[in-house]
Amino acid sequence: MSLEENYRAIALIRAFENRCSELKAAGEIPGSIHLCSGQEAIPVGACRALESRDALTATYRGHGWAIARGIPLVDLLAELLARDSVLCGGRAGSPYFSSAAHGFLGENSIVGGGVPMAAGAALASLHDGRGAVSLVSIGDGALNQGAVHEALNFAAVYSLPLVVVVENNLYSEMTPIDAMVRIKPLSRRADAYGIPGLTVDGNDADTVEDAVGAAVERARLGGGPTLVEALTERLVGHYSGDLQHYRPAGEVASARGREPLVRLRHAAASLGQESTHRLDQIDREVADLIDASLASARTISYPDARTVGDHVYA
Amino acid sequence: MPEIAGPPELRYIQAVNQALRWALETYPETLIFGEDIALPGGPFGATKGLHDEFGMRVFDTPISEAAIIGAALGAGMRGRRPIIEIMYGDFMAVAMDQIVNQVANTRYLSRGTWSAPITIRTQQGYSPGACAQHSQSLEAWYGHVPGLRVGLPSNPRDAYEILRSAIASDDPTIVIESRMLYADKGPVAVDGPLEPIGGARVVRPGLDVTLVTWSRMVTESIRAAEAAAAEGHSVEVIDLRWLSPLDFSTVAESVHRTGRLVIAHEANVTGGFGAEIAARAARECFWDLDAPIERVGTPDIPIPAAPSLQVAAIPGATAILGAISHVVEASRRRDRPAPPAGPRLG
Repeated sequence: MSLEENYRAIALIRAFENRCSELKAAGEIPGSIHLCSGQEAIPVGACRALESRDALTATYRGHGWAIARGIPLVDLLAELLARDSVLCGGRAGSPYFSSAAHGFLGENSIVGGGVPMAAGAALASLHDGRGAVSLVSIGDGALNQGAVHEALNFAAVYSLPLVVVVENNLYSEMTPIDAMVRIKPLSRRADAYGIPGLTVDGNDADTVEDAVGAAVERARLGGGPTLVEALTERLVGHYSGDLQHYRPAGEVASARGREPLVRLRHAAASLGQESTHRLDQIDREVADLIDASLASARTISYPDARTVGDHVYA
Repeated sequence: MPEIAGPPELRYIQAVNQALRWALETYPETLIFGEDIALPGGPFGATKGLHDEFGMRVFDTPISEAAIIGAALGAGMRGRRPIIEIMYGDFMAVAMDQIVNQVANTRYLSRGTWSAPITIRTQQGYSPGACAQHSQSLEAWYGHVPGLRVGLPSNPRDAYEILRSAIASDDPTIVIESRMLYADKGPVAVDGPLEPIGGARVVRPGLDVTLVTWSRMVTESIRAAEAAAAEGHSVEVIDLRWLSPLDFSTVAESVHRTGRLVIAHEANVTGGFGAEIAARAARECFWDLDAPIERVGTPDIPIPAAPSLQVAAIPGATAILGAISHVVEASRRRDRPAPPAGPRLG
């Protein structure tokens, strides 16, 4: 994709997350939020490799995946604002929403808990002839969950069309992943399942798109699962309010020199002032879009309390 | 006159097999998977012959309960109708996240835009020599979780009917079988109409005492009721059949007539589903009750393997009969009720 297209897609998610942070601080978003600031190139690149028939499963750090998948901002914001959104009507909130209309099986607030489900979506594809691929995003810490191990092996033995994207942001919630595993890179875990594993630069959307695209194609052709580790860095805390006292001094500042938007800004600067101005213009357009979406979301009513007991059963 | 043939007699496990075959024939989207269920035909033979006939719609999995249940969920969300086998009820504990946090939430959180039309078959209870990790009765766990349906067939007919109802339901349904009943034979209406989920059944009418039970303890309860009849007490035995949806009205209607309630299950007493029945009865049948409610269950201990210890722990007809006598006696001495001795154990 062009520099500007990449910039627009990533800047939209970054600005969205920044706005969420403000809305959280202002008390307009209840509950915990987990922002993906710094990691946006992964969902942007990965979702470009997917078709609408494909299934997507994410983690509680899933705003970026939802936006990259094409879930309208107004619907997403309404859900986060605990309003009667078309997604989940405020029942799910920031960390657990889904959208059947987008083949988005949902975020998951249990670390690694969505991988078996994603394997199941891939299993359905084997039997329904749709040729759909199932992509699931997890964090580095999820690789230490038993359910992830079970699901990866399950998918491998039946060559299910599953692509597992591991967003390695160096922290397993608030603990360095290096302290919690003995192997590096994490993609070596794939060897244990007899499936391909690779590690790529997760701060470059085109690189992610290429790697995930190859994995998706392989899965669609019956080649089975692939584990793609995308290296990135979190620019914010694990959750809203996380003071990140566990991170070494200067780490975040250093990461800010490597993050996707800054890279694209550098690339633009090398092309000349006009290119930089175009990115400035994109920033303004993105801000306007979020303003308008937020204004619309705020017009959506809160869920009718009388419906709290609905939809427990068919 | 020509003899009219009744429904065929099948063993409980054969009835399960017939229901699974019905599902594969009725719903093209049915998938059946679990540990050792395809080539080996299932450790107890529930899936015998189905892989040969239906190919890869019936397949073996790794020993991975979380993956099995999670994969059923994902496949169910994407249009399949999975039926999975968890070999022992105890093994469900390996996959509780998938059951409680994933499966049960699916419909509610999405307001029905997603559903989990999956059936989890398992079996539970003690058998002689089975160890503590293969013997528990944990149905109360699932009865506690909104979003799940739970059925416990006590005979071949219900093994067929409850499983068919579960499969046809678009809700995630746990069918808990009893391997101690697998060899039991009884009539099964294989061509009968599909029943909706839910519904208790009065399996023995009576006038003096209501005895609510389910699963393997139904047989023990009927034996106890027969023994009580010999002593002049008429006991109405209700097979609850489903914990969710719970048919409490059948219980309440019976207690209204009898004024006495005994609840018998194999699970240990504290926090068992009998506690829920007792609590509802205490509220909804308070003015009908002539005696304190009695619960019969295993004492609050892990299940030992030695048969001599199992006999000491697992309640049967004798313990149930004791509880029946107790409620009858207590109601006769309402002015001076016997001090409660705690839950009636083993």
